[in-house]
Amino acid sequence: MRFLLQRVAFYLFTAWAAITLNFFIPRMVPGDPVQSLISRNQGRISADAIASLRVLFGLDSDRSLWEQYVAYWGQLLRGDLGLSFTFFPAPVSEVIGSSLPWTVGLVGVTTIVSFLLGTALGVGAGWRRGSWIDGLLPATTFLSSIPYFWLGLVAIALFAGPGSFFPSSGGYEPGLVPAFDAYFIPSALQHSILPAATILVSSMSGWILSMRNMMVTVASEDYITVAHAKGLSERRVALSYAARNALLPNVSGFALSLGFIVGGTLLVEIVFSYPGLGFQLFQAVGSKDYPLMQGIFLIITISVLVANLLADVAYLLLDPRTRKS
Amino acid sequence: MTLSPSSIEQVIPGQGAMAQPSARARRRRFRFVANGKAATGLAVLGVYVLLAVIGPWIAPYDPDARSADVLQAPSARHWFGTTHLGQDIFSQILVGARSVMVVGLTAGVLATILSILIGVTAGYLGGAADEGLSAVSNVFLVIPALPLIIIVTSLVDQASDTLVALIIGLTSWAWGARVLRAQTLSLRRRDYVEAARATGERTWRIIGFEILPNLTAIIASGFVGTVIFAVMSEITLAFIGVSSVSSWNWGTILFWAQGQQALAQGAWWWFVPAGLAIALLGTALALINFGIDEFVSPRLRTGGRTRIRTADGRTVAMRVGFTPVLAPNPAPVPMRRPADPTREDATS
Repeated sequence: MRFLLQRVAFYLFTAWAAITLNFFIPRMVPGDPVQSLISRNQGRISADAIASLRVLFGLDSDRSLWEQYVAYWGQLLRGDLGLSFTFFPAPVSEVIGSSLPWTVGLVGVTTIVSFLLGTALGVGAGWRRGSWIDGLLPATTFLSSIPYFWLGLVAIALFAGPGSFFPSSGGYEPGLVPAFDAYFIPSALQHSILPAATILVSSMSGWILSMRNMMVTVASEDYITVAHAKGLSERRVALSYAARNALLPNVSGFALSLGFIVGGTLLVEIVFSYPGLGFQLFQAVGSKDYPLMQGIFLIITISVLVANLLADVAYLLLDPRTRKS
Repeated sequence: MTLSPSSIEQVIPGQGAMAQPSARARRRRFRFVANGKAATGLAVLGVYVLLAVIGPWIAPYDPDARSADVLQAPSARHWFGTTHLGQDIFSQILVGARSVMVVGLTAGVLATILSILIGVTAGYLGGAADEGLSAVSNVFLVIPALPLIIIVTSLVDQASDTLVALIIGLTSWAWGARVLRAQTLSLRRRDYVEAARATGERTWRIIGFEILPNLTAIIASGFVGTVIFAVMSEITLAFIGVSSVSSWNWGTILFWAQGQQALAQGAWWWFVPAGLAIALLGTALALINFGIDEFVSPRLRTGGRTRIRTADGRTVAMRVGFTPVLAPNPAPVPMRRPADPTREDATS
């Protein structure tokens, strides 16, 4: 229990740090982005919205930094992330809310699948060192050295095109209304195959390699020799003795590298114009939509923190030693 | 605030091959290169560095110069084909190599210095300083780096290479710091460090001359890892059009290819060379890292021929940590007399 509380405290601290970082980022923007927005949308912005944006950008010069910080927190706690410039006058929270499920569906599912598959292959490669799986390692290294987005481009060039089963962009057939029905679900699945395969191919090798190395290290432990000496079956020794112990560092590695993985996979969305957070971030960057960028960064960070916490719970379940104290 | 152990800390053994300061070790210093993976990686990296230096001089065309050969497939005149403006893609790649290498290496050096300062300090000092520094590096580790880099860079109009390298370096030191801290923690109480302390060596000398040399392998692998990340980040930034699109690097080429719908036009030569150049560089760096890992921890080496013939003509595969047990031979074995207890005892 103490372990979990420590972790929760750490994540709260990280969330605070991320939010504070988010508070300072727009204060480095040169010029007055709000003024340019107001002049672009003559008379269509309410006074409230302007005030909210000014708090967001720290443009109310008559208030001290500390008062601005408090006002910013107040706004955040009310769920007010400001107005998006690109999708004006939609609030940022609404824009993010519409794209979040897509990212969770694509990035979340593929990340977990790639971890499980990669770990399983790594168990095999580490246990049977020198077998054909070892020969795959250089190939997977090469695949993981390719930027995700480039692999996506190649996948589009090879598999998508006029008349192909795989669509090259979008999250669903244009003209369909997002709903859980017999038309929308198959279309959404069909659109997600190529991006998902891209992410899988390039993210899996890291897991294979780290699991292989842990298996090799664990295989020379005394308890493995004892298990062999007891005459347990090869399979039992490999899975219940070696893999189980080798898995622990891999799980904590998974938690730590989530931030990196999520950053990379967001790019796949850009290439496939997949309607998730990554594509949204791309559009926001293109049109200098600072409130949307900040909001997306905040949501991504918090999702990564939550995923980290879940990985910690998994670690707790796998390792009895953390439960003892 | 302690984090759960990572694979690297457990994979790297206490000292292993790195701590034998003798004349013998000096002569064996270049054994690292004898590792096939490391040698391949270093050779490829050397070619890239060479291209970064001489690339802009040997480029056959000016990468910006337009010509009448619009969107042509690779030919003898244009090895990698041309863009929609008739620019030579081979020249763009040669010129772009410099920017990629400069940003990658600058960011790598910056992040490595930061990680040494923070990681070794935290590990050596311990106590409150350790808690604080570890918390900071864990925060940087958990916050998704790429979105942060994208947002910070997009605040600046047309960010230059130097600025991009700075931003990447300042955000990507945390992993190295974490690993270095863990290893410093374990070195700190070793006998030779205690001995140095007992003879009255100054703290900076202990850190600089007793501890740092034993961290070389970890520092090197951290540096290589950061360079990979920095190159990928720089190319990503250029690809999504955040950093300056007027100076050439491989991401810029992909940016224009994507913007001009190179895929829809079937112009595969526009994006394939840049992507392969990136992948090859990434593979070379990863191979160097494997080489370092295997140099430090010989167990990780991919097993070569490990089959051994036994006296009775059978073959056994030797594996680390395994004691081969030969199953009873199917051929009839000469039976021992069961009614001879003394012999039975002697053989068991």
